[in-house]
Amino acid sequence: MSSDAEKEFIEKARSPFSEAFEMFRKNHAAVAGLVVLIFIVLAGIFGPYVYPGDPFEMVWAPFSPPGDEGYFLGTDYLGRDLASMLIHGARVSIAIGLSAAFLTVFIGITIGALAGFYRGWVEEVLMRITEFFQVLPTLLFSMVIVALFGATLPMITLAIGLVSWPAVARITRSEFLRIRELEYVMAARACGVSNGKLIFKVILPNALPPIIVQAALMVGSAILFEAGLSFLGLTDPNIVSWGQIIGSNREYILDASYTVTVPGLAIFVTVLAISLVGDGLNDALNPKLRQR
Amino acid sequence: MKFLFPIAQRIFYAIALLIAVLVLNFSMLHLAPGDIADTIAQASGGADAEVIEQIRKDYGLDQPFYIQLLKYIGNVLAFDLGHSFFYNQPVTDLILEKLPATLLLVITAQILALIVGVLLGVFSARNPNGLASYVVTFLALFGYAAPVFWTGILLLIAFSLKIPLFPVAGMIDVTVEGGFFARAADIALHLVLPVITLASIFLALYSRLCRASMLEVLGSDYVRTAKAKGLAEREVVFKHALKNALSPVVTLAGLQFSAVVSGAVLVETVFSWPGLGTLALQSIIARDTPTILGILFFSAFVVIVGNLLTDLVLRLIDPRVGSKA
Repeated sequence: MSSDAEKEFIEKARSPFSEAFEMFRKNHAAVAGLVVLIFIVLAGIFGPYVYPGDPFEMVWAPFSPPGDEGYFLGTDYLGRDLASMLIHGARVSIAIGLSAAFLTVFIGITIGALAGFYRGWVEEVLMRITEFFQVLPTLLFSMVIVALFGATLPMITLAIGLVSWPAVARITRSEFLRIRELEYVMAARACGVSNGKLIFKVILPNALPPIIVQAALMVGSAILFEAGLSFLGLTDPNIVSWGQIIGSNREYILDASYTVTVPGLAIFVTVLAISLVGDGLNDALNPKLRQR
Repeated sequence: MKFLFPIAQRIFYAIALLIAVLVLNFSMLHLAPGDIADTIAQASGGADAEVIEQIRKDYGLDQPFYIQLLKYIGNVLAFDLGHSFFYNQPVTDLILEKLPATLLLVITAQILALIVGVLLGVFSARNPNGLASYVVTFLALFGYAAPVFWTGILLLIAFSLKIPLFPVAGMIDVTVEGGFFARAADIALHLVLPVITLASIFLALYSRLCRASMLEVLGSDYVRTAKAKGLAEREVVFKHALKNALSPVVTLAGLQFSAVVSGAVLVETVFSWPGLGTLALQSIIARDTPTILGILFFSAFVVIVGNLLTDLVLRLIDPRVGSKA
């Protein structure tokens, strides 16, 4: 090999990160999803400064159609500004989506990693617990938790986390089962690396790609989940959220269908954007699965 | 014997799971603030401490936790899920009364989702650039991202308010008179929108999985052999390939019992369908704890039995399932 070719070879070899980024950028749908998502997050963060004040306040005649008197999304059955409610609701939906997904991934990784790493009776017990949580109908179980222990945002987040972690635990476990048998793990073990370090520093970083993809999708399902709960009225009545706008306005679809269609569209677009980004991450991070 | 032993094991395990659900149920009831005595006292317009103490004694609430738990498990084994103070009826009766409506909705929706999903999957696998493929891709995105209650309301706005084809709510129109067929037609008309809404969640899953497994099977050797024998394309696809491609779809469908229950709660609420989901929401709003926990236990029971049956069916249609484990 001449030195020129060698140089070229080294230049072409890129870090795995930039390679993943390149793959992600090639997926136009995923990039579009990311742009939409960034816009929604910015709206959630800065929107309330554009629309200061209480979104629950009555500002104009009820059922004013979009565009009336400068309220560009109109007003709902109590004369509240729909645009303001939507913007304030974005914050709640995204916050709950993120924190519930974080909780889900945290529980899932802990259980899955312990089960996949230690095997034997630890795996047996933990996977039985996982299966136990899978037979409880998710929405019904979280409805019961919220009903019995109070409809506060932390309790809703906890309820969503408690019912959604089994999927993450299963993926983590199967990745750990695969990776723990690989040679570099055995080498680390032979060098006397402690179990804690093996789990968190040797195996976990290599198990992360599919978990990251799952986590991204979890944010989407957590948002849908919260929307479902608040649609049913099982939410903090003093906090506006997208599902809650739909739930409280659904009696009036004959008079003002936009009070239901528009917030639903917000949920749909957000979750769709997240799932497109998730697909893009999947392509970028799991190159072996690309053919599927 | 080799066939029976794992089944016995599964059944034993299912019973253990059921008891675990009961323990969880009872512990949640115990941990939640306020107990049945408080609820009764509240419902009867307040009571002094002495009366509440008496109610606690009457219901055995003064006994230690494990004795109450054992009694509860014993009661459930005798099909007694407790008494609803809100409806003033045994919870078992309440559930059995609402069950048929939910079963009708759920089973029809699953059958629709399976048939349409499998057909879409097959056609899109045969022709990856055809119309069916675009429908599958669209359904996959929409089915995941659209909140099911929103889908329901959109259908409601479109097909019973703007174009009044279907009734807005409920299951039976009491003004309809006539014999069995007139009533059945009336229920069927009420059923259309809720079924489409509920099926939309699962249609996406089934069509995508069916396409993937069909593509895999169509590339296998025995399908090529069947084609080489000169069999007609349609016969190869529907008789030879589909049989094997269905196995993962059946597995997935069998794992959806829990999602079906969750979806039914939302769909029933949107369309005021008088089933278990509506009952669950009403009893939660009324703080009717025995009914809520009864429904939770019953749904877990259905999921566990459903998973067990799926396992059995798979063992019967695909002998490889049992031998692998």
